[in-house]
Amino acid sequence: MTLSPAEWEAIRLSLLIGLAAVAWILPPGIAVAWWLARHQFRGKALVDGLIHLPLVLPPVVVGYLLLVGLGKQGVIGQWLYSSLGVSLPFTWQGAAVASGVMAFPLLVRALRLSLEAVDPKLEAAASTLGANRRRVFTTITLPLAVPGLLTGTVLAFARALSEFGATITFASNIPGETRTLPLALYTLIQTPGQETAATRLCILAIIIALLSLIASEWLARRTQQRLQERDAY
Amino acid sequence: MPINPTTHNSSLTSSLSLFVEQRLGRFHLQAELTLPAKGVTGIFGTSGSGKTSLLRIIAGLDRPDTGKLQLGNQILLDTQRRQNVPAHQRRIGVVFQEARLFPHYRVRGNLTYGMPKQAPPRFDEIVELLGISHLLTRMPGTLSGGEARRVAIGRALLSDPQLLLMDEPLTGLDGARKQELLRFIALLTRQINIPVMYVSHDPEEISAIADHLVLMESGRIVASDHLNHLLQRFDLTQKLGGFDAASILEGQVIEHDTHYHLTRITLGNTHQLLLPGTEANIGSCIRVRVLARDIAIATSAVKDTSYRNQLPVTIEDTTVLPETSHSVELRLRMGRFHLRASLTRKSWDEMGLHIGKEVTALIRSVSFNPL
Repeated sequence: MTLSPAEWEAIRLSLLIGLAAVAWILPPGIAVAWWLARHQFRGKALVDGLIHLPLVLPPVVVGYLLLVGLGKQGVIGQWLYSSLGVSLPFTWQGAAVASGVMAFPLLVRALRLSLEAVDPKLEAAASTLGANRRRVFTTITLPLAVPGLLTGTVLAFARALSEFGATITFASNIPGETRTLPLALYTLIQTPGQETAATRLCILAIIIALLSLIASEWLARRTQQRLQERDAY
Repeated sequence: MPINPTTHNSSLTSSLSLFVEQRLGRFHLQAELTLPAKGVTGIFGTSGSGKTSLLRIIAGLDRPDTGKLQLGNQILLDTQRRQNVPAHQRRIGVVFQEARLFPHYRVRGNLTYGMPKQAPPRFDEIVELLGISHLLTRMPGTLSGGEARRVAIGRALLSDPQLLLMDEPLTGLDGARKQELLRFIALLTRQINIPVMYVSHDPEEISAIADHLVLMESGRIVASDHLNHLLQRFDLTQKLGGFDAASILEGQVIEHDTHYHLTRITLGNTHQLLLPGTEANIGSCIRVRVLARDIAIATSAVKDTSYRNQLPVTIEDTTVLPETSHSVELRLRMGRFHLRASLTRKSWDEMGLHIGKEVTALIRSVSFNPL
């Protein structure tokens, strides 16, 4: 089966937006997960709830809120446009922001569980060996939480790939810009006589999902091995 | 083979002094202490007496409500002046109750984790001394309890500490492993040139290792002095309960009797003791522990007896403890050595003993406990 240019376009955009989404949520995701795992503070439940909100809200609501906040008339959007000349709605970057927000809670959840399972006694031992907080985090805490980091990343990537509601609301359905696989599929379903094309996209979606699962499994095993081989010179 | 992992430190010769106060719920730690700059200080007390809390404060892992901590001429903590050197800058090595090895590093990675880049401590030498060179490529999960403890000790030593803290490092090891590692730590602490604080609730461990003893009870320091001085104090007999009124003697090995498997050591130049055989080298110093109740008193030299050791001693002091009113506690002196003994009050009266009287202390060889 050879792919049509439109199908290639949808795949390329899906992967691009999925990867971009994961890339931008990783740094804040790691920081927030670590903060929630290692600190007790007033209003922690509220912060926790806010982070999980995209999981339970209708995606369209998230998309609308993004539009309100980051649209050209939005509070942040106005500033972004006037000072940096950046406009997010109706661009693939906007789609990456929308799917990233939707994927964020999945990343934080998986990573936080893994970070909480890292024994603080090991961190204390590392600090008595002269490691500052940063070294403790990069050499002890994060490596020991790698399983959660990988799970979270894959979950987030899968969520970003399949994101529909927030994306279409915030970034619209523009061919070659924001029309990812799910959006292309939706367009085909809306068009009479395109059942075969829709089925083809369906199969493509399944293949991409399977491939990313296999890749993550391979990555997890490889990381585990490399972690164990490090310092074994 | 003396080991001195520190190559550039002048504060080695100065001591640790601290004053801390900390409330944790109902527990109240209140300690003021000055420790010698050399040798091993045992911190002894029952669980819950505050030993580990004290250690964590010294290591910088906990912060007391108020306190001051000075190591040599460095101020590590002064709550009044809001000074607090964080744990990773204190250069205080800690060997924890559990080995706490990093599970994702091999043994070598664990050992080198805290190694300073400049002037590296003698890796090979310390690894050799610890007998862990064959373990370097293993993952911590595959080590036995004893092996893991050795690696943990090595890791702490290789971080080039100016003070080494050991928090019950033998916890959870079985009898034989424990004895082996205990002997090893005793040897090690005499070879390294940094002060060691050794926390334990086991009198035998403390007797084997410590030169100085700090006695803790419900968050307070009851006494702090040379180990043997504390052991000789009648008033601490109950508090040192586990010690079961014992004395420590240190002497030089002069002869091994391989046929009967006995070892002869000399105390000073004039007196000798015959002990159960040990593996210590001729000429080396060993410690023996003898319980007060294992010493008998005679007013004249005894012949035809199984008491192999007869020492001429002077009764220096005596008391009757309220808890054991049937017996008299004695402190005996022989040159610079002191011994605790106890006998029934009846014997004391009938033998006409008194302070200053010269008598013979009888000790069976089998009652010695070489450490």
